[in-house]
Amino acid sequence: MTMLNIARSIDARGMPCPGPLMSLIGAIREGQVGDVIEVLSSDAGSRTDIPAWLEKAGHELLEVVEEDGFTRFDVRKAR
Amino acid sequence: MGDSISLVLFSGTDDKLNAAAVLAAGAAAMGRKVHVFLQYWALDAFRSDRILKDHGVAPEAGPEGAAAFQRHGGQHWSEILRQAKDIGDVEIQACSLSMDMFGLEVADLDPLVDGQEGVAAFFLHAGGPVTFI
Repeated sequence: MTMLNIARSIDARGMPCPGPLMSLIGAIREGQVGDVIEVLSSDAGSRTDIPAWLEKAGHELLEVVEEDGFTRFDVRKAR
Repeated sequence: MGDSISLVLFSGTDDKLNAAAVLAAGAAAMGRKVHVFLQYWALDAFRSDRILKDHGVAPEAGPEGAAAFQRHGGQHWSEILRQAKDIGDVEIQACSLSMDMFGLEVADLDPLVDGQEGVAAFFLHAGGPVTFI
């Protein structure tokens, strides 16, 4: 696995749906094309909502990792 | 207008307003236009002097449900709606009939509310299925 250069990390653990997705959308809007953004979420809805939104909005889901009690999403702003 | 949804909010309890705000935010995130129409107790909850007050939960919650809702925490529904408006196209209109009933002006309402209109005007702009909450 190559090390990702994380431009921004969002710790949304403990935030209920749709908080983590809203935080990611905000970070994508503020970021530069090519930025990798990491989101940590303990909300079960994020597992379906973050991939769904990325597909709709045209950004790249690089990695989804189940950690202890939360999920980590690595995302690249593609446009 | 094909890809839009309409939420008619009637209930003024925090659980129902939270559910509506989550629906609006999700739809807005997925690129749908969202039309919100505020009637009766939902409209009352949008008064700028009351929006952050405790509006309770629906009777079906019972004491156990009410406690679970309080514990769940998260952002206030008004903040979720603000984010929904920020990321997408969300229009919030107050029902003229309810405004008259409560003797309200748009200036009495939180700035989340874009204006007031009658029900026919709402359906002129609104599209897609109507969800009544």
